[in-house]
Amino acid sequence: MSVKAAVPPDVWVSRGPLATIRVTFSRIITFCLVELQKLSHDRTELFTRAIQPILWLGIFGTTFSRVRAIPTGDVSYLAFMSPGVIAQSGMFVAIFYGIQIIWERDAGILAKLLVTPTPRVALAAGKAFAAGIRSVAIALVVIAFALIIRVDLTLNPLKWLAACGVVMLGSAFFCCLSLCIAGLVLHRDRLMGIGQAITMPLFFASNALYPIEMMPSWVQVLARVNPMSYEVSMLRGLLLGQPTNYLADLTVLIVAGVVGIAVASYLMGRLSR
Amino acid sequence: MDSDAVEIEHLTHVFRARKHAPHIAVDDLSLTVAHGECFGLLGPNGAGKTTTIRLINTLLPVQTGSVRVFGHDVAHHPMAVRALMGYVPQQLSIESALTGRENVEWFARLFDIPRRERRARVDAVLEMMQLTESADRLASTYSGGMVRRLELAQALVNRPALLVLDEPTVGLDPVARDSVWGHVRQMREEFGMTVLLTTHYMEEADMLCDRIAMMNRGRLSALGSPDDLKRAVGPRATLEDVFRHYAGADLNDDSEGGLASVRQGRRTAGRLG
Repeated sequence: MSVKAAVPPDVWVSRGPLATIRVTFSRIITFCLVELQKLSHDRTELFTRAIQPILWLGIFGTTFSRVRAIPTGDVSYLAFMSPGVIAQSGMFVAIFYGIQIIWERDAGILAKLLVTPTPRVALAAGKAFAAGIRSVAIALVVIAFALIIRVDLTLNPLKWLAACGVVMLGSAFFCCLSLCIAGLVLHRDRLMGIGQAITMPLFFASNALYPIEMMPSWVQVLARVNPMSYEVSMLRGLLLGQPTNYLADLTVLIVAGVVGIAVASYLMGRLSR
Repeated sequence: MDSDAVEIEHLTHVFRARKHAPHIAVDDLSLTVAHGECFGLLGPNGAGKTTTIRLINTLLPVQTGSVRVFGHDVAHHPMAVRALMGYVPQQLSIESALTGRENVEWFARLFDIPRRERRARVDAVLEMMQLTESADRLASTYSGGMVRRLELAQALVNRPALLVLDEPTVGLDPVARDSVWGHVRQMREEFGMTVLLTTHYMEEADMLCDRIAMMNRGRLSALGSPDDLKRAVGPRATLEDVFRHYAGADLNDDSEGGLASVRQGRRTAGRLG
């Protein structure tokens, strides 16, 4: 038997922050690519996941457009709620990534990933943006449906591209929130219960369905600390041309995403034990 | 390289959980694994084998003592250790929504194999594992033996200096088991890699391992070549006799051999059919 054991690569011995950032970006691309490969093999989830937002737009939206109970300025209620439903569809996809990571832990996939030279922060970021990719794919189905039912969304492809980026950022945060809960509860059943308990409050305590000003004051407080409100504001600005503070919205989403990735990567260690 | 492949010194690991007494999973373990050696960790459920593996492959933090892999301290240079390692966990740990080739490519990216080499490396390990013809099929269509071979291909794509196999043939039929053993031997001959494995199959340990460490209740009970261990127990002793001699009727009920572990093993066996 030969004894030509591999020489340990020195590049991995002392890695600085720049190397970690480079690896993190590389891993984000890898996990996004894997997500796209999974989607390409099975597109049914794209459509089944799109059913709920399509029902929100097709039934709830068209009905409330006729009622005219909610002041939405110079746009129809259907147009007003469309960005909210797009954000909601992304959140619903992302929030269940915690269940996926617990499944991956039970199946040994997470252990195998953690034994690759991937810093935990890169693994959390990779998962977060992979959720973003899936959310964007579903958001595009919802946008297509909104255009079919003649919602007056912009047709500017650059604004669509920017909207996809916003959905991705928002979903990355919600995925991290889910990964954090997974790291705390460690069991699928508990996470499913918590996931179902928090998704609707996150949706309703945001400006997705009605302006924040209409809410009771205590709900307004929740809505103003809910990153979904900032995601919806940006989407309304991009898709409907409604005024918003893009810089503030983007800052909140980026800070929420970075904090989410940091906490999720810290808690991910609990899942490996 | 002068150092051994794996050096473990006075390693102790205690699991602490609220409402439960601390559980010593690994108790003052010291051993070395030489370059190019196939080393087996044997013992009853709860002996501390998997905890030891998880300390070596950086999944668990080292509490007391030290572990060095090719001279790299796992506590201080985990990335260097991971870059040198291939790992096949006990569970079926492939992504069934990807093809066999995509599964291997995924890990090639996670090990930072340069793009110009990636395709050739992936093709080479798939061919070695006799999976070339089925490489573009979804992994969900693979048989149990093919899944194990795919996992070996994933673990080998970075040409690891140390291959860690945790119960590599659990749940496999005899033909598939023979195939995995054959591939492990072939890998050692081709790459001269060090192999560290845990198993409950005495025949497997006897055929593959140059040396065996018998563990019980977190401690090292015996260490030596299969022939030495058999001779020490009796003139016509088998490795199963050695196992019974050192494990006795000692049935532990600790975390490693507990319900979760048994359930995991059964799930893997069930999925392998």
